[in-house]
Amino acid sequence: MNAVDLTPVEGNAGPFLSVRDLSVEFLSEGRPLRAINGVDFDLHLGETLCFLGESGSGKTVTMRSLVQLLPPTARIWGRVLLDGIDVLTLDADRLRAIRGSQVSMIFQEPMTALDPVFTVGHQIAEVVVWHEGLSWSAGRARALEMLELVQVPSARRRLDAYPHELSGGLRQRVMIALALSCKPKVLLADEPTTALDATVQIQILLLLRELQRELGMATIFVTHDLGVACEISDRVAVMYAGRFVETGAMAEVIDSPRHPYTVGLLNSTVHAGSERGKLAPIPGAPPDLLDMPPGCAFAPRCPRVVAACREGVPDLEQLAPGRSARCPRTGSPDC
Amino acid sequence: MLWYVLRRLAYVLPILLGVSIVCFSLLHLAPGDPLTSVMPEFASEQVIEQIKRSYGFDKPVPVQYLLWLFNVLTGDLGLSQVANRPVWDELVPAMVNTFQLAAFGIGLSLLCGIGLGLLAGYTRRLVTDRAITTTAIIGVSVPHYWVGLVLIAILAVTLGLLPAMGKAPPSDGFGLNDIRHMILPAVTLALIPTGIIARSVRATVIDVRKQEFVQTLQANGLPPRRTFLHVIKNASPTVLAIIGIQLGHLVGGSILVETVFAWPGTGYLLNTAIAYRDLPVLQGTILVLATFFVMLNFLVDLAQPFLDPRMTRQ
Ligand SMILES: Nc1ncnc2c1ncn2[C@@H]1O[C@H](COP(=O)(O)OP(=O)(O)OP(=O)(O)O)[C@@H](O)[C@H]1O
Ligand SMILES: [Mg+2]
Repeated sequence: MNAVDLTPVEGNAGPFLSVRDLSVEFLSEGRPLRAINGVDFDLHLGETLCFLGESGSGKTVTMRSLVQLLPPTARIWGRVLLDGIDVLTLDADRLRAIRGSQVSMIFQEPMTALDPVFTVGHQIAEVVVWHEGLSWSAGRARALEMLELVQVPSARRRLDAYPHELSGGLRQRVMIALALSCKPKVLLADEPTTALDATVQIQILLLLRELQRELGMATIFVTHDLGVACEISDRVAVMYAGRFVETGAMAEVIDSPRHPYTVGLLNSTVHAGSERGKLAPIPGAPPDLLDMPPGCAFAPRCPRVVAACREGVPDLEQLAPGRSARCPRTGSPDC
Repeated sequence: MLWYVLRRLAYVLPILLGVSIVCFSLLHLAPGDPLTSVMPEFASEQVIEQIKRSYGFDKPVPVQYLLWLFNVLTGDLGLSQVANRPVWDELVPAMVNTFQLAAFGIGLSLLCGIGLGLLAGYTRRLVTDRAITTTAIIGVSVPHYWVGLVLIAILAVTLGLLPAMGKAPPSDGFGLNDIRHMILPAVTLALIPTGIIARSVRATVIDVRKQEFVQTLQANGLPPRRTFLHVIKNASPTVLAIIGIQLGHLVGGSILVETVFAWPGTGYLLNTAIAYRDLPVLQGTILVLATFFVMLNFLVDLAQPFLDPRMTRQ
């Protein structure tokens, strides 16, 4: 059905997804609001990257801007190379050809993210029919296959169920089936387990991890739950006020955080490496994006602030391959 | 599903019963004696008694009601006191005329109302939306008879483009002249429903388009025309309910419009029946119109679960 040419650039052996200097502004009344400010990262197939950060730090916006799924008030800059194709320069047709087939998304709230008046089988089949030009019966067969893949019990019967007839956990499984129905190379999951209760959360996480390994997708996982992040991801990017403040392998960042914000985040949440009974919230609140402090955005809340912090935005300094932090004091060992 | 139908039916029957009781009571609630118009002047006591008996007015009221109901259900609505013919014979041609006009008006208001509402909903806050919304408000607020008179004054009297009133004289079959006669009353009749349908379609479409599933469709790369189908289907239960009510109002509105345009329908019949105090005709017409209204809403209710699967469960 879609004859849009998406042949990858020949001999592209680099990362499957490469993002450079990504910035997003929202135009509202008055001044534009800079929600994302110069984000860089690479992602290989089979790898999972986690965006970690407080509410409003820009995790969702960063992820959505990768496929330009933002309201019309948003302006996006930078480069998003997907298998060598610059996604941000694509026209609407080519962008649609990528969405759902190359890059898929799982949303937080499976109740509202599925159309209430169509059966789940229809919703999955529709995407397959559209992207792959299959017949509706073939689309339905694929839908069944997908529901079985995500371990929906009595999948054949569930094909004709409406979203409201399923439990929250099953709905999220359907969302995953929908996202994976065209065998995407990149999976974007925005807090896919936040709306579920604890036991279901773990089941869904395990399922996602299993599928991600089986299908070899590059995955971006957004959460503000550190425990969830540890469970599922290889690498982590800690976000604060629209910037990455620390990146690195998950285990390394947990064991030896190098940015005071990461330290604060680790101390304020329960996770595998935290010492019992020593929870300490970060004082203060994230800055107003319309009224940012001149230097490091975290400086007003930082317990280890020095004069240099207030002079200019620190660079994201590379500490080791794949490991970086945006703090002038990363040199001192006990940071 | 059968269960749902039965449950809806269980709502409809008491309403119909209530309608019939109200219609029946009209005869007794209307000021004056219902028999004055048929009673000869200076009738003797004996004659009065006889006439009362022949009309069944000597029996207790509940019995009178049951007898009346039985007659109605077997298609006997009584005799018109003015024309001295069965009410049914007066009512049928009037109903045919009203439904002809109403069908034209409904077609117009659905076409314009849904079309304009979708356009406004999809171009929210733009010029088209503002123009349509403003026009709809004006259309809804201006009274029928005034619009009718203005249309007659401009299009019929001044410009002489269309006939001012009445129905085309009966000829062989339905022709262009019939349509020319129907345009002005149908447009007048369609005005308010068009405005209300347009506004509700706009509001519902805006509402549905804000829902998160629309983002899922976009995230899955579906094109606008597929997203449109999802929006339409989600909007349809709300819009259908409003359309059902509007169709009922449209038939109600025909009373005024038919009078302004001298269109020989039920509204016109009702109006003359009121003028001449022809109670049986009044009763029969109201009964038929009210039943139509109730059944229309019943049908709308029946259609709902096909459009929104969440409705059958409750
Ligand atoms: N449509 C929008 N218009 C204006 N500002 C927006 C819009 N969407 C997001 N923002 C702003 O962008 C910033 C980043 O928001 P984002 O949703 O990415 O945060 P988040 O990290 O996903 O937070 P959460 O954990 O609450 O989901 C916020 O300050 C938010 O106010
Ligand atoms: Mg978010």
